[in-house]
Amino acid sequence: MAKIPVQFRLNGSDRAAFVGPADNLLTLLRRGLNDFGPKYGCGQGTCGTCTVLVDGDLQLSCLTLAATCEGKHVETVSGMAEGPVLHPLQQAFMDHFAAQCGFCTPGMLTAAKALLAANPNPTRAEVIDGISGNICRCTGYDAIIEAILAAARGGQATRAY
Amino acid sequence: MARHRGRGMASVNYPIGMNLGGDPSQALIHSNPDGKFTVALSAIDLGQGMKQVTRQVAAETLGVPMEDVYVDTADSDTGPHDMGSFASRGTHRMGNAVIAAAREARGVLLEAAAEELEVNAGDLVTDGRGNIHVKGAPSRSITVKATAQAAQFKQGKTIAGRGIFLIPLSTVDPQTGELNPNTAFAHACLVADVEVDDETGEVTVLKMASAYELGRAINPKMVEQQLVGGAWMGISHALYETPEPYYPDPSHGPRDFNEYLMPGPGDIAPYSITVLERPAPDGPFGGKGPGEMCANPVLPAIANAVYNAVGVRVNDLPITPEKVLRGIKANGGARPQPRRGGGG
Repeated sequence: MAKIPVQFRLNGSDRAAFVGPADNLLTLLRRGLNDFGPKYGCGQGTCGTCTVLVDGDLQLSCLTLAATCEGKHVETVSGMAEGPVLHPLQQAFMDHFAAQCGFCTPGMLTAAKALLAANPNPTRAEVIDGISGNICRCTGYDAIIEAILAAARGGQATRAY
Repeated sequence: MARHRGRGMASVNYPIGMNLGGDPSQALIHSNPDGKFTVALSAIDLGQGMKQVTRQVAAETLGVPMEDVYVDTADSDTGPHDMGSFASRGTHRMGNAVIAAAREARGVLLEAAAEELEVNAGDLVTDGRGNIHVKGAPSRSITVKATAQAAQFKQGKTIAGRGIFLIPLSTVDPQTGELNPNTAFAHACLVADVEVDDETGEVTVLKMASAYELGRAINPKMVEQQLVGGAWMGISHALYETPEPYYPDPSHGPRDFNEYLMPGPGDIAPYSITVLERPAPDGPFGGKGPGEMCANPVLPAIANAVYNAVGVRVNDLPITPEKVLRGIKANGGARPQPRRGGGG
């Protein structure tokens, strides 16, 4: 089948690729563009570790056709830190021991970033709702919830890029 | 139709590591020319913090800053032998192997420093900040970095150490039948409060409280992290996870990850933990480690709490709403059991 050209911004940089009509965004990011931030977990939209932002909206990249990203801005966890300076959410995750094996962390951070962009001062219930599409196997969630609340209290987690 | 509250308790006597085959762990440590140390292990850190714990143990034994120690668990083909990361053996077995390796490497380090300072190695101490000096005379000193460089470029010495920890395989005494399969036991007690809906069979964990005795908590924050995460896993095993729940028609069962149940962030229960530190005589700095025990007592405690709430004894996991409802039906209705110790 013919390849489709697709151009979009990835974490602020212009990128272009040829994709198959059924290729998903996760495969393009990981195999085509070497962005290994989003993880391949279940491949069917259940676990949330492939979560990215497309024009600011949360998307499961394993269920997003790559060709539909034409002209859009895709943000992954790889774009959160600025060089050696961690994003406040990343720092809060470290401070609160919110990662163990780390496999869910890219999706958790991305979901948290979207939550705080829409709601800078969430309640605990709103944080739980905000990460309810993401499964964590190790932490029992509490440390993640605390980290997001702390980042929100710090007031810097929603900085614009 | 009503919701019934119940409380269940379970306690654990947990052997650290295993007896089979003697359960050895090996560690190799060497210094790089910049005075930093690499610890090679073949056990893998799955996220429980073994790299951090062995890093602390190595730095403490070597007498150097923790920042100057790197733990490499890259490759079991080329690394020293290890039985693996399981049976809660990481802190205890690998920690002890790392201590043995670090002691040997420290001996060579001090000998190399003694040669540079022209003193006896036995008179040298480390300050834990990257310096070696004569006991009682801090001005007669050399940095670990300068020592490593002198050893490797002048003296022709390798600052390195080998370590193994092995509990010999214990066999059954033919006369007495005695066996001593383990040297370190950790202990825990956990109480779970649940609510059981006798119309839907659904079990909700309201709160849990536990006390853990696991030797010295070498990294207390990571111990807490393990205990909280492990308790979640215990709830998940007790009430949710199975590839084959019983249904009359197999086609009603789960087919993929979408239908494989696990508690989400909205299903967690308040959990209070008390850690009792009773250093183990043969543990690395007294450590035994939390390990699998984080999850273990949660399962029987919840099963007991369900029995306490509605009088249904579920003997196979997970405790699904269907099993609870079948039990209630078999009993002719919910039979709440007496609750000792009052409310709360």
